[in-house]
Amino acid sequence: MSPCYRDKLFITGFKAAACITVLSLMFIIFFLIYESSSILTSTNLSQYLLDESWHPTDGEFLLTPMIVGSVLIMFGAMLFSIPLGIFTAILIHYYAPVWIAHLLQRIVEILGGIPSVVFGFWGIIMIVPFLASIQAPGTSLLAGVLVLTLIVFPGMTLFACSALQQVNKLHIQNAIALGLSRFSIIKHIILPQAKPGLLTGMILQSGRAIGETLAVLMVCGNVVQIPGSLFEPVRTLTSNIALEMAYAMDEHRSALFLSGLLLMFVVLGLVLLSEKFKSVPITE
Amino acid sequence: MIKLPAKQQMADLLLKITSWFCGLLIIFFFAYLLFDILLHGLPRISLEYLFSQPLKAGREGGIAPMLLSTLLLLALCLLIALPIGIASAIYLAEYTNESQWFARFIQRSLNVLASVPSIVMGLFGYAFFVIALQLGFSILAGALTLACMVLPLLIRSIEDSLRNIPDIHRLNARALGLSDTRMLFQVLLPLAAQGILLAVILSVGRAMAETAALLYTSGYVTRMPESVMDSGRSLSVHIFDLSMNVPGGEQSAYASAFVLMLLLLIINLFSNRLSSVIQNRSTR
Repeated sequence: MSPCYRDKLFITGFKAAACITVLSLMFIIFFLIYESSSILTSTNLSQYLLDESWHPTDGEFLLTPMIVGSVLIMFGAMLFSIPLGIFTAILIHYYAPVWIAHLLQRIVEILGGIPSVVFGFWGIIMIVPFLASIQAPGTSLLAGVLVLTLIVFPGMTLFACSALQQVNKLHIQNAIALGLSRFSIIKHIILPQAKPGLLTGMILQSGRAIGETLAVLMVCGNVVQIPGSLFEPVRTLTSNIALEMAYAMDEHRSALFLSGLLLMFVVLGLVLLSEKFKSVPITE
Repeated sequence: MIKLPAKQQMADLLLKITSWFCGLLIIFFFAYLLFDILLHGLPRISLEYLFSQPLKAGREGGIAPMLLSTLLLLALCLLIALPIGIASAIYLAEYTNESQWFARFIQRSLNVLASVPSIVMGLFGYAFFVIALQLGFSILAGALTLACMVLPLLIRSIEDSLRNIPDIHRLNARALGLSDTRMLFQVLLPLAAQGILLAVILSVGRAMAETAALLYTSGYVTRMPESVMDSGRSLSVHIFDLSMNVPGGEQSAYASAFVLMLLLLIINLFSNRLSSVIQNRSTR
């Protein structure tokens, strides 16, 4: 075999492999649509927003409480983890002595790698009883928000760190030379330049938050309702799938795949949105 | 030293205090989590625990089948994902650039694939591998689903390590008249070997932490898997099951969480060492 021919063969092989990854994404979307197709075509889609309640065995499919639950928990977790992530990144980059900065960065990396079930388990042991001592039953929206914060903030911190790293060093030095305070440097030079990176991080971590399943399932109580307060139980779209997939049949099953499809589109939208903010390199 | 206006000093101090508060909160939380799991998990850990069958739904006995299942899942997942990952990364890094629409399309698909929620991945794995391909609840189906999940991470990091190879090596190889394939196998891949190893380690960490995608693909049978077509429960699923479905399973869950965290810490330590080795080499 001539080397040139062999090269072509290999390159075709590489290209085919790259196509497999694209294909797997296509397959995911295709199968979600295929499995929920009986709903998408036959019945009135609005029933998922207009039915009385979620009683899948009686043919009542109201997804609204789960959608509200997912969105509330996501926003709650982001509300905590965005400031926590950004302030920690600022500490790592500008205030902490080197060894603490290193230690903190390592801790955040390790926390980011801890499986979410461990946080969920820990939530059951620590957070739920604590909340129950304030107001029963403990398994609640707030518990979900707290546990999800623990899962999401490491990623947010790492995104913020890399965004801060990309800030032009020369601009910072100039600002120091002009005698600006550290606060004004951070507020007027660093944060504006790091903004695209920070926004990307926030959007991608929101996707992570809305997709998180088991940890949230473990601590939220999973009652299908729109919660009236932070201390009431709630069920998310993701935990609904995990809880009911085991015994779901026919239309019920399709409804679960439909909620999977919905999640898929939300995440797709978030990823495409995050690409809008791809940081543009700043010219000197 | 110029005296800053009082208002600016206040703002600076406030920012400093807030970020230190966030940082210390994280360090404190991490220490607490680690200590808590160590305190409750360690007493149950013994060689017998690691190498014996679980009894009474996991309340007593060991975790041998879960360790074996986890190991099989990881090995199979890598066996499937690694060849595809390396080939795709080669294609992306060596034969495409930003200006081609197809390359951008693959990159975008990878971004989306990386953020598919794990329960949605589980739904897909269930519909495709378990039902359509008739693999049933099996370790193979779980490993295939995991492979889809780690592919983006794997491809990204291998692609990075290929792109970081200085062009001088490619020019030298060309000047010596090496064909594409020989350049690849004798020059580029050996140079990227450490980067590929790092990618593998990161992927193992990610796959080991995964739970939701495995619930409906590899199942949660506690029996010792006899082949890859058997259902098997991974360590993370074991923790989930113990804390949700087994009353009085906390002690066992603590011990399993301890083992899982220990494995992940080792992975983190290893990957950190490796990435600093790679960085040292590239700055030299």
